[in-house]
Amino acid sequence: MTMPTNIDLPPKTRGLTAIAGAMSLIVVLLIVQIWLLSAALESFLAGKRHSALPAAIFSGVMFLICFGLYLFVDRVDADVRHSTEDR
Amino acid sequence: MSWLRRDTSKGTSSEPLWKEEFSVSTADERYVTRRQLTKFLVLTSFGMFIGNLWILARSIFSKTPSYPQQAIARIGEIPVGGVKLFTYPSKDDHCILVRTSENEYVSYSQKCTHLSCAVYYSQEDNRLECPCHKGFFSIADGSVLQGPPSRPLPKIALESRAGDLVAVDIKTS
Repeated sequence: MTMPTNIDLPPKTRGLTAIAGAMSLIVVLLIVQIWLLSAALESFLAGKRHSALPAAIFSGVMFLICFGLYLFVDRVDADVRHSTEDR
Repeated sequence: MSWLRRDTSKGTSSEPLWKEEFSVSTADERYVTRRQLTKFLVLTSFGMFIGNLWILARSIFSKTPSYPQQAIARIGEIPVGGVKLFTYPSKDDHCILVRTSENEYVSYSQKCTHLSCAVYYSQEDNRLECPCHKGFFSIADGSVLQGPPSRPLPKIALESRAGDLVAVDIKTS
């Protein structure tokens, strides 16, 4: 008896798994971004201004990763839905 | 990077928008709701990024404020361990002056850095205390000793001039 691999699953299930994974990554990145914003604000209010630039750069990088993951989700969604429509 | 580009060979570009955003079949509903939630999460991420940019812009473009010079008390006006409340630099900024020894005065903003409650001087413990959430500040430098505040109290720089104590500046860290 062999364990079913991801390839054996139907396209719709595989697509949902991929989207769930991408969404989990986005949620993790979003939590880090929220923490980063609160830390940068706290630092700014304390009069320490040197941390604002690295915080903004890291936040921008995380946003770009989130946006890339959204494009991935959009692509998977379109592929799976239209592949099932074609059948 | 091929996964970044949507495959238009399957006719997706000619599909009406409502069909993209509204699932006709029940099976597609899970996809649409997940995609919409992902879009919302990414917009939130964009909002966080804008917030960080705003802080950066404030850090770069805001000028260092200059504070007026204001006589706040006569030297010897308050006893050792006594306090005097005053406002500086504007009428809405309440501050506290403490005479800690014969020749030593310290002054801080009275606004707690946690949730802006008014702090008071505890002579028994020789510290500034916030009654709202038990935040304690050092009388020596305004640093946080205990409690939820994460930043020290802004310190009012004092100078002695012709028998007067004059507030000249505010130091935030």
